[in-house]
Amino acid sequence: MAPVHVDRATRASRIFVFVAVPALAALIALPWWSGPGNMRLVAEMAYYLALAQLWNLLAGYAGLVSVGQQAFVGLGAYAFYYMTGALNVNIYLALILAGPFAGLMSIPVSFAVFRLRGAYFAVGTWVVSEVFALAASLIGVLGAGSGLSLTPAIVRQIAPDRAGRDTIVYLMSLGVSLLVFAIVYLLLRSRHGLALTAIRDSEPASASLGVNTFRTKLTIYIATAACTGLVGALIFLQKLRLSPEAGFSINDWTVVVIFMVVIGGIGTIEGPFIGMLVYIVLRELLADFGTSYLILMGAIAVAVMLKAPGGIWGWVVQRYGLQLFPVGRRLVVAPSDGPPVLESSRRPRQEGSDSSPA
Amino acid sequence: MSLLRTHGLSAFYGDFQALFGIDLSVEDGETVAIIGANGAGKTTFLRAIAGALETAPEMIEFDGRRVGHSTPHEMVRLGIAMVPEGRKLFPSLSVEENLLLGGHCGRAGPWSLQRVYKLFPMLDELRRLPAPALSGGQQQMAAIGRALMSNPRLLLCDELSLGLAPVVIRAIYDCLGAIVAEGTTVVIVEQDINRALDASAHFYCFQEGRLALSAPTKNFNRTAITAAYFGL
Amino acid sequence: MEWLNILIQGGLLGGIYALFAIGLSLSFGIMRLVNIAHGDLIVLSAYVALVVVENTGLDPISSLVIVVPMMFALGYALQRGLLNFTLSGGLLPPLLVTFGISVIIQNSLLQGFGAYTHRLQQGAIETASLPIPGGIAVGVYPLLVFAVAVLAIAGLQLFFYRTRLGRAFRAVSDDADTAELMGIDNRKLFALALGIAMIFTALAGVLFAIRTNFDPAAGPIRLILAFEAVIIGGLGSLWGTLLGGMVLGIAQAVGAALSPTWQILAGHLAFLIILIVRPSGLFPRTRD
Repeated sequence: MAPVHVDRATRASRIFVFVAVPALAALIALPWWSGPGNMRLVAEMAYYLALAQLWNLLAGYAGLVSVGQQAFVGLGAYAFYYMTGALNVNIYLALILAGPFAGLMSIPVSFAVFRLRGAYFAVGTWVVSEVFALAASLIGVLGAGSGLSLTPAIVRQIAPDRAGRDTIVYLMSLGVSLLVFAIVYLLLRSRHGLALTAIRDSEPASASLGVNTFRTKLTIYIATAACTGLVGALIFLQKLRLSPEAGFSINDWTVVVIFMVVIGGIGTIEGPFIGMLVYIVLRELLADFGTSYLILMGAIAVAVMLKAPGGIWGWVVQRYGLQLFPVGRRLVVAPSDGPPVLESSRRPRQEGSDSSPA
Repeated sequence: MSLLRTHGLSAFYGDFQALFGIDLSVEDGETVAIIGANGAGKTTFLRAIAGALETAPEMIEFDGRRVGHSTPHEMVRLGIAMVPEGRKLFPSLSVEENLLLGGHCGRAGPWSLQRVYKLFPMLDELRRLPAPALSGGQQQMAAIGRALMSNPRLLLCDELSLGLAPVVIRAIYDCLGAIVAEGTTVVIVEQDINRALDASAHFYCFQEGRLALSAPTKNFNRTAITAAYFGL
Repeated sequence: MEWLNILIQGGLLGGIYALFAIGLSLSFGIMRLVNIAHGDLIVLSAYVALVVVENTGLDPISSLVIVVPMMFALGYALQRGLLNFTLSGGLLPPLLVTFGISVIIQNSLLQGFGAYTHRLQQGAIETASLPIPGGIAVGVYPLLVFAVAVLAIAGLQLFFYRTRLGRAFRAVSDDADTAELMGIDNRKLFALALGIAMIFTALAGVLFAIRTNFDPAAGPIRLILAFEAVIIGGLGSLWGTLLGGMVLGIAQAVGAALSPTWQILAGHLAFLIILIVRPSGLFPRTRD
């Protein structure tokens, strides 16, 4: 038999690395060539990107369309505030623990919501988020309706001066975003990722092949919750104030995130990047018109879902076959008497082509 | 002029091609059988005729008109009715309601609720029962009756004998005889080759989405049929 | 008699919750579409009524004569022009499109009317009450709303089981593919279904807005309440939804008796408990 090896990279991805690395270096050096305004903006882009990657993993790959991820943003934030405040935990330790706390809370949540499927699951996750928000508004030690603040003493644990704090928190945002992205990317490249794609393509088929669909989905749900909690803690570290409305806001943490992923390209790794950029651009452009950018984004998302369900990146993939972050595996056969030949290729499938013989 | 004629009929389920250029014709008043193994494309073909699959307009010609792009309900209005594989009666509806539903489109013709009850007296007794309460054979009769209520010119019967006892199958095919005598054109899809050939004047054999054999049933060599059936 | 009071007040709440839920139920039962924008459409109806009331001097309940046909037409157009195209693509398109519509409605209302709260004024009937033995006062208005809910459901049952069109709806709900093979035009039927759903949505919107303050962001909680009533009651039965709404209302009343701020949370908790313990609901009809 001719020797065979599995090729992971694509040509576009190799080129992309040459572009991405310098760009990343520039972003890391941002505090030294730009000011706090830009740092705040890039930090915001970083954590929105993280939330988008996570929602995409959950909905685009595991098929769990959650409209309640804001629950874990709030849980992570509240855990962080409570630990640094009432429990006097070191600020870095509290940040590290916030994620696992949210992940832990997602386990009892899953008992309830995993009873539901499809759109019912979505609304169920929403209800759960409302429960957490209401509970937070009723519990005295969590500040009840008015919430909590980070005292200067707590915040100074990061650095004594404002500039130092801004820089460190900015770098942490970049770091967390990269970390989340790395986790998502490595997960999708691994066997688990293959299982997920199989589940997404056809749950019954993959179950019949031995993929434990329930356990895979549950693992993804818990992992996503934990990462979302970490991001939530980081977000509210920067905001310095936390209230039930802000921490569990569906508009801030879910609506925008969903639009980003849908417009950018659901079920692709590159999609959330693009969607996040579209969101930032639209928001800045329409800043003077209240929440009209949300109306426009909503309309675009609806149009995308109807006409191009794969989003912007999905369209690019279909048209040009590009893949910047390859997760597929291509079988390359090297016949004994010639150059390697491409046997078959696997590319991430777009949602929406539901095809099965009756 | 044939009542139904297909020209290079191809059909897809997503990326998967189920039919490859079928050319077939059915004369007015004729009974035609389509036979073939599982997965040969027989049901797909019927569904394509009924309008349930996307096909190009010129691929299907009914009564001289190109109808390949029509939706199922438009086809019913034109006079094509389906007795689906597995009966597919509506479980929430009673027997009578199922029959009345068949007449929803309101096509004029000889068939009415009373006529259907005359053809299938058993249904009259069971009219108020929910459809799932009926036996397989009774459900099959109800499904046929439901299709008749739309006064079709062409009746498509998918696997009438599926899951039924021989004595029941015989009774159903006897009723089919009465329907044909009214002048209705019938296409039957059957895995039971003998039953199909006994009831039809002309037959087509499908094999993996392609037409393998087409001939009048009278005196046809059964060995040749078996060869075509299995693609030998 | 505290408990009787809780049961009555809570039970009557079931009326408005059932009215919230009817549109959602119809949409899911016939088209298998969970309309995320459902709550926002309830609130939209309230705003439409507000505009009608302000411009015609009609009282809110009379304004229904204008609001209901308008919302029927909106529902028909929405399904025919937009939602019908989402039905064949799997799980995501209907969910995300209705989600997008929800956001669009909320923010359009916000841009148009501002974030202020409004309430429709119907007059004396809002506070009238009927004393019953035991020293309990039953509100006339909640009683009226409950009666409307019962009539609505009874009317729908009659429609589904005694009319030709109702029979077609039931067939489509059973098996849309086969229904089409039998000559039913699904596209038109779905559009009619949403139109009819919107009749009850508009009714619910106006009736709730008479007693409760509303603002552009009031939609989501209505969707959740409708959803909870349907799940608690069990899928497939409108009477079950009414009972589910009553259970929800009573759970809320119990919570409110403990502390007013606990009302909504108590309802959510009851919903989650029932979901974990009896996922198919309390009074399900077998099919999904």
